[in-house]
Amino acid sequence: MSLTTPSTVRQLEPAVWGRVRQSRRAADRVMKVTAAGFTFLAIFVLFWILGMLVVKGLGGLSVATFTQITPGPGSTGGGLANAMLGSLVLTFLGIVVATPIGVLAGTYLAEYGKGSKLADLIRFINDILLSAPSILIGLFVYVIMVQPLGGYSGWAGGVALGIIAIPVIVRTTEDMLRLVPGPLREAGSALGAPTSIVITSITWRAAKAGMVTGILLALARIAGETAPLIFTALNNNFWFSPTLQGGVSNLPVTIYQFASAPYENWQQLAWAGSLIITMSILLLSIIARRIVRGAK
Amino acid sequence: MAAVTDQMSIPAAPAQRKTPKGTFDLIFRNASFFSALFVLVLLAGIMLSMVIGGWPVFREFGLSFLTSSQWDTINDKYGAWPAIVGTLSTALIALSIGVPLSLGIAVYLTQLAPPWFKQPVSTAIELLAAVPSIIYGMWGLFVFVPLFAAYVQIPLSNIIEGMPIVGTILYSRSPSGLGILTAGIILAFMIIPFIASIVRDMLDQIPSVLRESAYGIGATTWEVVRHVLVPQAGVSIIGAIMLGLGRALGETMAVTFVVGNANRLSASIMDPGSTIASRIANEFNEALGLQLNALIALGCILFFVTFVVLVIARILVARVKAF
Repeated sequence: MSLTTPSTVRQLEPAVWGRVRQSRRAADRVMKVTAAGFTFLAIFVLFWILGMLVVKGLGGLSVATFTQITPGPGSTGGGLANAMLGSLVLTFLGIVVATPIGVLAGTYLAEYGKGSKLADLIRFINDILLSAPSILIGLFVYVIMVQPLGGYSGWAGGVALGIIAIPVIVRTTEDMLRLVPGPLREAGSALGAPTSIVITSITWRAAKAGMVTGILLALARIAGETAPLIFTALNNNFWFSPTLQGGVSNLPVTIYQFASAPYENWQQLAWAGSLIITMSILLLSIIARRIVRGAK
Repeated sequence: MAAVTDQMSIPAAPAQRKTPKGTFDLIFRNASFFSALFVLVLLAGIMLSMVIGGWPVFREFGLSFLTSSQWDTINDKYGAWPAIVGTLSTALIALSIGVPLSLGIAVYLTQLAPPWFKQPVSTAIELLAAVPSIIYGMWGLFVFVPLFAAYVQIPLSNIIEGMPIVGTILYSRSPSGLGILTAGIILAFMIIPFIASIVRDMLDQIPSVLRESAYGIGATTWEVVRHVLVPQAGVSIIGAIMLGLGRALGETMAVTFVVGNANRLSASIMDPGSTIASRIANEFNEALGLQLNALIALGCILFFVTFVVLVIARILVARVKAF
């Protein structure tokens, strides 16, 4: 008897009762369809971009793309060899600049600066640098390096990329070190190891996979950066000098300059370069994500 | 006596061994401390270099640099107004398209997606953030712009021509597909992964007891989202949106490709314009003298605007992470 419909509801006209419920259900359905639709729209755009790269980029890919240097205006053929090597050099420089500073700063925030006001401030500023427009970092390096040293150089490009990478590495290093359980550190200290030894041989070792991920993510972040290189490493159509003085050819700026140029071989190379760079970056990000998931 | 000296020497031995380790300890501590300080130095350095680099222009034009629409490289007269308006309008268009999309995606990922589907979709959305800005630019210029011109700009301009207000704001004088609105649409897709993944994490953090009790009294999924989840996530959603705004304001390469790079201000969002970042990227390598300072001064404005936006964003996002 007590399980029957409550009397208040039974007194409602069936039509009214049904309509109220239906309008709520309709709103619910509209929301569900919209949310799913938005999600598929975003995924569709991702695959649209990737599909476009594959369709237009594969046509431009050949052996010459990897062996010949970027062609001058009006000449035929050519490849991206100098741009690819230049990009590798600049990205490598950036990582070399950023890794020691980023790892040490992240270590300070996680190990030494726990609870201090200064560490809180540094963490906050680091988060801001993490999303700061990369064009500003390019301008900054132009003002402090290119202008005083009298010219564009690969070194300036490497430093600009390094500055973009630092906040990424600081953030992931700190996050990963925080995942290391405290008793591990205490055990190390109990054996008489000074803090530095505890950090380098226990905490770092435990967090190694995560810290490598941070560096990979930073690599993925800077490999496609274009804006800061326009002001620092610039670009050209020949092999760069081993001293990295003058411009250093690189993929992103080459793509930028070739994409809307009137020469067909330039446009083809721009598409081939876009395909190469995007696929490398997506692969790097996917590998990095795998490692993180394994570490957690 | 010999035994005593032996005993005395015992504490001395570890002390000797300790010295190099103590030094390493000190060096390591200081190295990490100064690396951390370097982060502060970087931000201060960026700020100072922008202010000093732009100073000649601020001194020459004063406040009129902000309000003037002139960009005359021959007579060295510069004003930032069209670029400021372009930056703000592209960012606002990006937000008004990107925010609903991001919220929908976050709700789908946390409430609706079947468990096996959640991970691949999450990864796909995050990969949108990994695609380099210049690739968005190429997709925009070569794929989106022609479609946009043919299927939106031309038909729309034909319909609304001569209408009040709408006929001005949405009318394209030269329907090339390039313009402020196009840049805003491309930017919207670029900021989606940032907003969506933060909001997703926020919604995931909300204790499931709250959701379950709402379902328990008969709420539909929409009502749970609207009356339980959104109020709980509250200001952090605004923080995530501000973070997206910070991205949109400073985005350079994609915008440079599709915004049209016109120096004059137009009343229509279908017309070409320019943003602070696109103008710097476009003119920097040919700029000399005062024009160079004017571009750095533009960078200075961008720095302070994004700095304020990002500070607010981080404060709002951090506040909710505590619950």
